[in-house]
Amino acid sequence: MGYTLNFNLIWRHFDKLWGGLLLSLELAVISIAIGIVIGLVLAVWYVSAGRVVRTIIAGYVEFIRNVPLILLVYLVFYGVPTVIDLAYSAPTSFVVTLSVYSGAYLVEVFRSGLEAVPRGQLDAGKAIGLTPWQRLIHVRLPTMLRITLPALSNTFISLFKDTSIASVISVPELTYGAQWINFNTFRIVEVYLVTTAMYLVTGYALLFALRLVERRFRAAR
Amino acid sequence: MLSQILYALPFLAEGFAVTLWVSLLVVVLSLIAGVLLGVGLVYGPAPLRWAVRIFSDTIRGIPILVLMFFVYYGLPAVGLHLQSFWAAVLALTLFKTAQVVEYVRGAVASIPKGQSEAAMAIGLTFRQRLSSVIFPQAFRRFLPPWINGVTDAVKGSALISLLGITDLMQAINQVIGRTYEAMPLYILGALIYFAVNYALSYASRRLERRFAFIWD
Amino acid sequence: MATSSNNSPALLAIAEVSKSFGPVAVLRSVSLQVAKGEVVTIIGPSGSGKTTLLRCVNFLESYDSGSIRIDGKEVGYRDSETRQRRSERDLAAMRAETGMVFQSFNLFPHLTAAGNIMLGLTKVRGKSNAEARSIAEHWLGRVGLAHKADSLPAELSGGQQQRVGIARAVAMEPKILLLDEITSALDPELVGEVLAVVKSLAEDGMTMVMVTHEMAFARDASSRIVFMADGGISAVGPPKEVLAAETTNERLRTFLARFRASHF
Repeated sequence: MGYTLNFNLIWRHFDKLWGGLLLSLELAVISIAIGIVIGLVLAVWYVSAGRVVRTIIAGYVEFIRNVPLILLVYLVFYGVPTVIDLAYSAPTSFVVTLSVYSGAYLVEVFRSGLEAVPRGQLDAGKAIGLTPWQRLIHVRLPTMLRITLPALSNTFISLFKDTSIASVISVPELTYGAQWINFNTFRIVEVYLVTTAMYLVTGYALLFALRLVERRFRAAR
Repeated sequence: MLSQILYALPFLAEGFAVTLWVSLLVVVLSLIAGVLLGVGLVYGPAPLRWAVRIFSDTIRGIPILVLMFFVYYGLPAVGLHLQSFWAAVLALTLFKTAQVVEYVRGAVASIPKGQSEAAMAIGLTFRQRLSSVIFPQAFRRFLPPWINGVTDAVKGSALISLLGITDLMQAINQVIGRTYEAMPLYILGALIYFAVNYALSYASRRLERRFAFIWD
Repeated sequence: MATSSNNSPALLAIAEVSKSFGPVAVLRSVSLQVAKGEVVTIIGPSGSGKTTLLRCVNFLESYDSGSIRIDGKEVGYRDSETRQRRSERDLAAMRAETGMVFQSFNLFPHLTAAGNIMLGLTKVRGKSNAEARSIAEHWLGRVGLAHKADSLPAELSGGQQQRVGIARAVAMEPKILLLDEITSALDPELVGEVLAVVKSLAEDGMTMVMVTHEMAFARDASSRIVFMADGGISAVGPPKEVLAAETTNERLRTFLARFRASHF
């Protein structure tokens, strides 16, 4: 092989990776927060709407799910500003993309969650005289959230991995940091070993933490 | 604008052919590797099971982009020189293989223990149990998620444009570089990817329904 | 003639078989001999080890010590001394000598009724498809399902599925048939059709060991009844003796009393 590992240069530039990891997490957190809002609103709307609205929402979901994320990232960053007069930074553009992207996946998650709420619970809500709004807020949504929590966790972790695509529009997140070190130090194997480890540790730590939260919620039932 | 796009169509078609070729290679290679490793994960000796488990959890735990850069830049560094096309195929195949491993594990695990026991009780050997009882049933459970996951291979293939391979994604970017018609071309590209993947997921839903009868 | 079951060597000889799951002993030195043509029914409270014992006979469960022989041949181990497990091929061949019918049917859902029966005949017995098919049709006829040969299990009722399960087991011409609570998963109105099949097999001289909760059936069809409690055999004898209300066996009396209270 003739390749000797030398991590010195990696540690010297470690701030690129560490700062990148924090930015990756930040992008994922903001995107899922917005994505949850999109997903919730559209899912609630979907289950109570007529055919036209349903078709439009389903169209949005199917479109996003069947197009590569990298193309959506390009489209929002390079394409959209050519047709509407709007200037935004690469990170903002990426957050918009990832929010719309995660929103599409979460509509599906929430919609099936809403439909999984047992009928009896809604009837019980009616029986004690709750209005439709009150039934939604106090009965349907809390139960639905508990059902969908594991899927939410999984979505968040895959969004965290998806933030690596932001590197293609030069957002300095973790993969971008790795690329930078790759091109500037040529300690190629080392930098990707460290980057891989950082994604793995962070991803599995998140998974572990979220599973704990889920268990807490289930216990609180 | 329209004439420019029409002018670019043959070029896009070439890129599209590369996208389909890469996707097909990845799907076929990962199917073979994934089924072998998946069976190893369920029935293999402990060291093999551990190796496959670590492989799958690692690959699924990192972004495909990182895996791709690792393979593309890392292999030459350790003296393995692959054409960028094959480096890309290798990286995407590794990623997809980890998925297939999990589909196989899930499918085999979903067969009730009683099926093995009934097969044992009539005197079938281990191999006969697998080939006559377990695999035919596991296959029906493996197929729908696997076909559904084929769209991931097509979508994932768009990343190879970053290695300078002229697939559909790269062709679109190059046409935009010449024409400056970013929005129409991205939308056209999105529609092409959408058409392919939607057709694939439609097919998987049809299959799922066809096999639903046997599931109960 | 009357002493045949005592003099002829036992078809199934279980000798001092013990087994524990961790600290819990499920079988405590169980010994039982079954002669050819006998129908032995095992009853007892849940957790008494009756199903485990049955599953040891065709080595779906291993056991820690003791010996189980069918026709003089040790079942799961090369011999009871060294306790070296038989090879996969040997085990399969041994298991082909016993038939088993399961509580949850365990029909192969991807095969038709006939296909379920033919699988062992072709793969294990090496019969041609045509021969296997005609044997399958014969046995489906015996269990009253000749018209369902090409139906998938999902298209059959529970009782019909279980009758296919019985046909699948007996078509292999096993030396001994093991029946594990075969009516427990059935709706009450379907129990009769399954028990009728078992009864007719018994009349044909099939050697059977069964675990069941159907006391009336056990009384009518068995040559002997074994009562198990806490992993051991607590009482054994002809149905009339074991099921007698005035038995002196305390545990058996409690079991029967509880049983009558809940089932009649």
